[in-house]
Amino acid sequence: MVPVLIPSQLHAYTGGASRVNAEGATVDEVLTELDRRFPGLRFRVIDEQDRIRPHMRIFIGQAAARDIAQPLADGDELMIFGALSGG
Amino acid sequence: MADTTQILVGTRKGAWSWRDDGNRGDWKVEGPLFLGQIINHWVQDPRAPNVQLMAAKTGHLGPTVFRSLDGGKTWTEAERPPAFPKSEARARAVSHSFWLTPGHASEPGVWWAGTSPPGLFVSEDNGATWDSVAGFNDHPMYDNWVPADSGTPDGPLLNQIVIDPRDASHMYIATSTGGVFESLDRAATWSPLNKGVLASFMPDPYPEYGQDAHFIALAPTRPDRIWQQNHCGIYRLDRPGETWERIGLAMPSDVGDVGFTIMPHPREADTAWVFPMDGTDVWPRTSPGGRPAVYRTKDAGASWTRQDRGFPAEQGWFTVKRQAFCGDDAAPAGLYLGTTGGEVWMSSDEGESWRSIAAHLPEIYSVTVAPAP
Repeated sequence: MVPVLIPSQLHAYTGGASRVNAEGATVDEVLTELDRRFPGLRFRVIDEQDRIRPHMRIFIGQAAARDIAQPLADGDELMIFGALSGG
Repeated sequence: MADTTQILVGTRKGAWSWRDDGNRGDWKVEGPLFLGQIINHWVQDPRAPNVQLMAAKTGHLGPTVFRSLDGGKTWTEAERPPAFPKSEARARAVSHSFWLTPGHASEPGVWWAGTSPPGLFVSEDNGATWDSVAGFNDHPMYDNWVPADSGTPDGPLLNQIVIDPRDASHMYIATSTGGVFESLDRAATWSPLNKGVLASFMPDPYPEYGQDAHFIALAPTRPDRIWQQNHCGIYRLDRPGETWERIGLAMPSDVGDVGFTIMPHPREADTAWVFPMDGTDVWPRTSPGGRPAVYRTKDAGASWTRQDRGFPAEQGWFTVKRQAFCGDDAAPAGLYLGTTGGEVWMSSDEGESWRSIAAHLPEIYSVTVAPAP
């Protein structure tokens, strides 16, 4: 079970929840599970070529994830942030 | 007129709507909807007025399409928004959907979308799921027609889709880097349609493709007539002709014929309106001289008449973007425009006089008008 931090930009999908738990051995699997429960969420974070969108950031613990194929270890926390995007 | 009119306004920071009192006099606001989302286009389906689609994204989040099946009361999200095929060689990703067009009257539920980078997408289920249209998106000439690095500020666009009301198979698209293209087989194959249109920023100023077609519109009562507001002037093409005529040369020289949009009259095929902007030196794209006005032709572009009553007489620096000028079907026709400064202006007398009906909004990207469902 992976704890996931949901940024305010995605609260409309999670019913306002800022922390949820999801199953998955990779970033991709966790996001796919989240999309199953919160339809539409994944595509607003990850584009159709499986790239993290330019103004979104994903961290595994303190380390930035660059690739959604990145594996998750026991105890890892996944954090999704809306990064800087202008005025 | 007795029917209630509604104005659907998409902005850089959300969506608002206005409904009138049945006489286009008193307008009541509703909104905001989706505050903070960038709304590039908000369109009601003339075939099924309870259906509305909205092209949206945010500064952070990727693009989506919001859908309402009850006249805008409740909204859901497309199950599969416009997206290029996964793992394709070009690795394109839709940055934003820019334009939405309800399909032909004979094809209920069909919608078309144009995106940046330039892409054509179709939905057969009222916008719930979308498919990439290979006839354009995978055309062998795609990279020549609409190159990805062509420099349009918010990304190159497939900015418009127009369908011949007499024939669902006959379509036109406008792009910001390739100009206008035509299909005679419902988007399966495409050909450039730019003869006579200037591209002053190209080594060959009259190329087969490469123009920046800001807006095209068919004359509703004469669909063989296409009006075009281009980056390089105002044009008209009467099919089956192939060569556009630069009717903007008849505009006053101190105003010029640069603009983003052109609005045909709902019944008079020789009548259309433009909202010129300053295209001199560094291209301010503001109202020329700080004196906003529309210009109307009633003779197919042979001459133009300034209409500015109600607009600021000085120090008015409006810009009106592609989707932000529209009209209703009433008699006399109503005109509506939204500015980059967040104002909505309307005329209920075919442009003779104008009044501001809303202000203090975010930058306006889209204004559409439709009967209230």
